[in-house]
Amino acid sequence: MTAAATTPATSAPTPRRGLRLSPAALIWPAMLYLILTTQVPFFMTVYYSFFRYNLAIPGSRPFVGFANYQNLLTDPQNLHILWNTVVLAGGTLILTLIIGAALALLLNRDFPGRALLRTLLISSFLIMPVVTAVVWKNMLMNPVFGFFSWVVTGLGGHPVDWLTQYPMASVIAMITWEWTPFAMLILLTGLQSLPDEQLEAARLDGASPWQEFRYVVLPHWTQAIQVVVLMETIALLQVYGEIYGSTSGGPGVATTNLPYFIYQKAFAEYNIGLASAAGVITVILTNVLAAYMLRLLTRAGRGE
Amino acid sequence: MNRLALLALTALLSQASAVTITIATVNNPDMVTMQKLTPEFNKKYPDIQVKWVTLPENELRQKITLDVASGAGSFDIATVGAYEVPIWAKNGWLEPLTPLFGKNPDIVKSYNLADVLPGVRSALTVGGSLYAVPFYAESSMTYYNKDLFKAAGLTMPAQPTWTQIQTFASKIHNPAKGVYGVCLRGLPGWGENMALFTTMVNTYGGRWFDQGWQAQLNTPAWKNAMTFYVNLVKKYGPPGATGNGFTENLTLMSQGKCGMWVDATVAAGFLSDPSSSKITKSVGFAKAPVGTTARGNNWYWSWNLAIPKSTKQEDAAFKFLTWATSKDYIALVAKTKGTWASVPPGTRTSTYQNANYKKAAGAFSGLVLSSINSADVNKATKDPVPYTGVQYVAIPEFQALGTQVGQYLAGALSGQYTVDQALKLSQDAANKTAREGGYQK
Amino acid sequence: MQAQIRLRNALLTLVTYLIAAAFLFPLVWMFMAAFKTEAQAFATPPVFVFTPVLENFGHALGSYFPALRNSLVAAVGSTVLAFILGLPAAFALAVYPTRRAQGVLTWMLSTKFMPAVGVIVPLFLIFRNLHLLDTLPGLILMYTTMNLPLVVWMMHSYMTEIPYAIYEAAKVDGASVGQEFFGIALPLSTPGMAATALLCLIFAWNEVFFALNLTNSDAAPLSVFISQFKTSEGLFWAQMSAAATLTVLPVLIFGWIAQRQLVRGLSFGAVK
Repeated sequence: MTAAATTPATSAPTPRRGLRLSPAALIWPAMLYLILTTQVPFFMTVYYSFFRYNLAIPGSRPFVGFANYQNLLTDPQNLHILWNTVVLAGGTLILTLIIGAALALLLNRDFPGRALLRTLLISSFLIMPVVTAVVWKNMLMNPVFGFFSWVVTGLGGHPVDWLTQYPMASVIAMITWEWTPFAMLILLTGLQSLPDEQLEAARLDGASPWQEFRYVVLPHWTQAIQVVVLMETIALLQVYGEIYGSTSGGPGVATTNLPYFIYQKAFAEYNIGLASAAGVITVILTNVLAAYMLRLLTRAGRGE
Repeated sequence: MNRLALLALTALLSQASAVTITIATVNNPDMVTMQKLTPEFNKKYPDIQVKWVTLPENELRQKITLDVASGAGSFDIATVGAYEVPIWAKNGWLEPLTPLFGKNPDIVKSYNLADVLPGVRSALTVGGSLYAVPFYAESSMTYYNKDLFKAAGLTMPAQPTWTQIQTFASKIHNPAKGVYGVCLRGLPGWGENMALFTTMVNTYGGRWFDQGWQAQLNTPAWKNAMTFYVNLVKKYGPPGATGNGFTENLTLMSQGKCGMWVDATVAAGFLSDPSSSKITKSVGFAKAPVGTTARGNNWYWSWNLAIPKSTKQEDAAFKFLTWATSKDYIALVAKTKGTWASVPPGTRTSTYQNANYKKAAGAFSGLVLSSINSADVNKATKDPVPYTGVQYVAIPEFQALGTQVGQYLAGALSGQYTVDQALKLSQDAANKTAREGGYQK
Repeated sequence: MQAQIRLRNALLTLVTYLIAAAFLFPLVWMFMAAFKTEAQAFATPPVFVFTPVLENFGHALGSYFPALRNSLVAAVGSTVLAFILGLPAAFALAVYPTRRAQGVLTWMLSTKFMPAVGVIVPLFLIFRNLHLLDTLPGLILMYTTMNLPLVVWMMHSYMTEIPYAIYEAAKVDGASVGQEFFGIALPLSTPGMAATALLCLIFAWNEVFFALNLTNSDAAPLSVFISQFKTSEGLFWAQMSAAATLTVLPVLIFGWIAQRQLVRGLSFGAVK
């Protein structure tokens, strides 16, 4: 907020004598905790991925080398699943950014009931994914009893079977509903720190609303957008409950993403070996993607 | 002083003798009733505390499997489906019940195993030992809406054929009015669309594997069955059939939106229940349709109670399990619910001989009993097979295979694949399963 | 001109209200279904006017309160633990950044990349061996793991925003690292802490996968409670809606009340 706030501390101060609490000692508890609770299970997963390990067939767990990985990487269907994962996360991300931005701009104006609307609008972000899936699937998108179908037939159309005819779009709509408030909140807080004078200056210069958005608001939003992109990407690549509760990954594999695929392998087939291998591949891919995104974001940030 | 010490000791002892058992069940209405009747159990066994874990079928199955396979021992009684009992028994995950009956002669007498339907019992017996007791059992049958049939001038025979079902459906189907000819399961899953579809394959003369575990999904029987199913549901089914499992179809049927429905016999009770069904007066019952052969056209399923090997409370567990599947329990449900129509069906001969039950469930009880009795897990196909099960193949890999083929079937229904493509993919999947599982020699 | 602007403003307000209505509709629809009879809940055409009934709540209430307590303990407990572990780390990484600081932060974030289902079998086995299955400490442990990277990451970004000059001044006065942490970093980042805590609570409250697989009955939170109502047999839309309403209501009310904190906190740090 102040100019000083924008420059993070870059140079480490010289250690002082008589220092009781060293900075490293402050980091270690968190590090150790995460190592124990995430790396131990992760390495067990890596270990299992080299075995033919089926929960339902006890007593036999032969070492199979890279067979599970080979199995995963040679099945052309899995490319489709990878693509679904990207479409689902990317599509939702873009939609939440657009709708969230529109809502943020609308809510940044002064009008009666603004505070109330802002409060109510975060509701869908607070809802449990299980509840979201059940309500959308049964009460909204059911082709015979659902509310949407009633609306469509009321307008003279044929009842639409959303989850079969437009499975991916339906799932994206559901998850967009959940995550838009998050994007809206972050973008709204970003807007509120935009000095009014800047906008007024632009207006005095005769800028159109679009120009105002493009040259004043958008640059100011860079960091807010970064936060939304990073946080949502991590969450959206893990989406599973909403798929489980609505389409079960179908029809066919139309809405199966990586986490749901792993779920199927682990709990419908009890094929822990293959599920573990798929988990390891997911971690590798996400890391690559995250590294790439972080670089892109820092570059975009520096570009300002 | 001494007295006091003695008192304290008795108090301590009686506290120690109180045991707690944890029971994992499916959240089906019948099992929820069992949970609500726990106080009645405690009247008989005050020293046994009961804790419940109630979840939907899939969540429960994955949870119990993880727990039992790793020997975690969280559950003292598990609700196990007919498909898993032989597999889990072979895995050594279940406590054989025969020795426990041997240890409790008084229970043997009151429980009267001979009263349990023979077919149901044999499905739960592996290598001469009983591994589970049935809570309720079901087969499949045809439901139809008499009003819609009358309006179209049709009569349902006692034993319809699938071709007749198609003809009837074509005359009733009227989507403009929100009425659909026939509602069938389309939701992919080994226990969903594949349960129904496998009975269709059986009755069209097909089988999953031959005696040498070679997949048989490329045979004409499968092609006929799939072509017929896809045509029937596409032309005369409700929109969104690939999203419809038991519940969805029950909803449709009970709201008078389907001419016919082929599904589990337990639905008879729901459709006759005025609190949720609009067609209590007009619902009709018939046997499950047949195709080219009368074998395997109706499925067999039961939910059973079993004791995982990992338990430390097998005696207390045994007491609960024999209580909850006893004749007295069935009478207790009738008493608390106020009607015999809602007792757990399909397990005991005495239920079907009971005059009150016949009166309350007369419209369908005979049909249900004969359907359950005619469903034979050991002989469900025209040609011999190396596996047991009517609508499933009792090997651990079938859950995955069945669900995968179920996805292909749903894909054929939604137009994603042609029937030939779906069958080719399914055949390859079945052979891969048999090969990797070491069944093919 | 003036009239035109006023018209445009009114139109924009209308649009805002319409979008808000669309976003709220699924929830309103669910709340309404909770007060309908089962037959009304899936009636076509939909029923908008009806006499509300309360019986669905009666059915749903059965095991609600133990689950509510478990959810509260798990959400609050894990948030507190994540803060105890995460705040010092965030502070050290922000105020005493070494060359490896960015790497540490990235690594912490990357622990969230593994889908929960990919590690559930090892976790289950570890929990079994440590006797943590179906216990609240076990659940708190997992939720802390889930939220700790978030705490470190968010609080780090708040704490780097505190002007370095303030620390310099304190150092000149001979303040120790501990004094800097408790005396400067913590008090100056309270809005950020509020926002972070809120997000942690929401995520822990809504988590279902660990809860479903690592608890049975004693420690089962609300997300497991609601799963019971997803039946495969029978028609229970109204009852399910009632249970869902009970499940989301606490976090909704809490979120609505704390919403201002969230906005204030977020505007301080991560988003300038």
